Amino acid sequence: MDTIAEFFLWLKEAHGIKLTIFYDELDRTRFLSGVWTTIHLSFVCVVASIVIGIAGAWLQTSPLVWIRRIINAYIAFFRNTPPLVQLYFFYFAVDSALSGLFGIRGGLLGSYGWAVIALSFFAGAFNTEIFRAGIEAVPKSTIEGAQSLGYSRFQIYRYITFPLAYRVCLPALNNNLINLVKTTTVAYAIAVPETLYISNQIWSDEYNVPEMMNVVWIVYLVLVGVLVWMMHRWEKAIRVPGFGQ
Amino acid sequence: MKPVLHNKSTNLPVLLPFRPGAATWDARDWAGLATSKRFGLALALVLISWLLIDTAYAQMVGAQGQTVWETIVKWTPLMFLGPEGEFGGFVLNIVVSFIAMALGTFLGLWLGLGQVSPNRFIRRSAWAITQLFRNSPWLVLLFYFMLLIPFFIRIGDTRIEISGWTKATFALSLPIMANVSEIVRGSIASIPTGQWDSAESLAFSRSQTLWRIILPQCIKRMIPPWMNWYCILTMSTPLVSILGVNDGMTLTQDALAAEGRSEYLIPMYLWLMSWFFIYSYPIALLTRKLENRFAVNQ
Repeated sequence: MDTIAEFFLWLKEAHGIKLTIFYDELDRTRFLSGVWTTIHLSFVCVVASIVIGIAGAWLQTSPLVWIRRIINAYIAFFRNTPPLVQLYFFYFAVDSALSGLFGIRGGLLGSYGWAVIALSFFAGAFNTEIFRAGIEAVPKSTIEGAQSLGYSRFQIYRYITFPLAYRVCLPALNNNLINLVKTTTVAYAIAVPETLYISNQIWSDEYNVPEMMNVVWIVYLVLVGVLVWMMHRWEKAIRVPGFGQ
Repeated sequence: MKPVLHNKSTNLPVLLPFRPGAATWDARDWAGLATSKRFGLALALVLISWLLIDTAYAQMVGAQGQTVWETIVKWTPLMFLGPEGEFGGFVLNIVVSFIAMALGTFLGLWLGLGQVSPNRFIRRSAWAITQLFRNSPWLVLLFYFMLLIPFFIRIGDTRIEISGWTKATFALSLPIMANVSEIVRGSIASIPTGQWDSAESLAFSRSQTLWRIILPQCIKRMIPPWMNWYCILTMSTPLVSILGVNDGMTLTQDALAAEGRSEYLIPMYLWLMSWFFIYSYPIALLTRKLENRFAVNQ
């Protein structure tokens, strides 16, 4: 650790490249906490958006026309309004309205909570459509075949529809989840202490905008790159030969 | 008829190349959209929710004794057109989206063609550039270009100012470039290789095959995802407000700050959102319609 710190101190002395996060204890701690916030914010949003997606896709098959309409309206609303405005809407408008309604002082949820809600509903709208497309892609003849073999409705869903549907929608789902991780940067706008926000604090304190900017870019490329790699491995591992593609 | 020299290696073309020119969709689609039930329903929904919100908030009276509706009407010109004599507001969002899309499409087309180049070096570097910009968060790219491009550049004695929104447009066009590049590569890959072989057997050169045979067929497949990316880009333009460009989002917040009443928050944000919705929803519907039409029936 010391040799790394010494190297970056030397870099600062010799070339004026101020990468404080490598030798300044305070900057390193807060930068790492920022990266950690990005990681768990992404994780929570990914899980929540998948749950919303599954629930939405299931509700879309409802026989009640109004439930289907409400889900369609939800998808249309979140897909066709800017995520940043959604975030502000939740954090400023909905929060103040709800806390006014319940008479709570100082807001209902913090910025982190509202970021999770706004981003999960945003990505969940896309996930709903992706899951629905996956379920629709399972050929009817396959399901009829299962019925003729005496499978029950639940068994068909458990053993036939779901395994095929999730393989069909995995590529699109991966794209959307990667997109979600990239969109977590928007939480900067409501002061969630994630990587970009913390880096902004660091470069304001240390006057090292270009260095930190490059560090932030690389951190996100690595985070997204790891996710892309993992998802590709997963896609390959569960591929059924001759299905999909 | 005099034989046309199409390729230096032969002057006996068996078939003249197909000339693209036919439109991929026509006025019928736009007319169909305007009368479509879905769009009408959505528009009605937006209007009805507006009336409901207005009546719900009608009793609330702000600092200067104005209703919510009056407040909205008062601030709408600023939010939509920007401050007088300046470029800004919702119009800025739309203009930025147009320019960024045009620039991104132009660059992305070449980058995508680079990805299918027979030259390994070009192919690899085009791939690397595509992945770099596809996997970076938009906001990070915006920060990068907003903070690291200088406010002005000096060429000789002339000082050229670079406005914030110009830099933002440039930054937003880069992820579009990368995604258009992927669309181009994907759609070229989706054309059966038999087409390349038969074009070769008909004595077309590589560039003729690409531009006259492969790409015209790709356009059809590229349009729906391209339109989808246009929607995503338009939905990302409010990000420029984080960097202090006077777009619709910034001005809405300014208006809210000037009023300083929390009752206005929900109506004002919904008002801004409904503009984006009314702009983007028809495009989304048209995209789906074209997707269905161009889909290969299995």
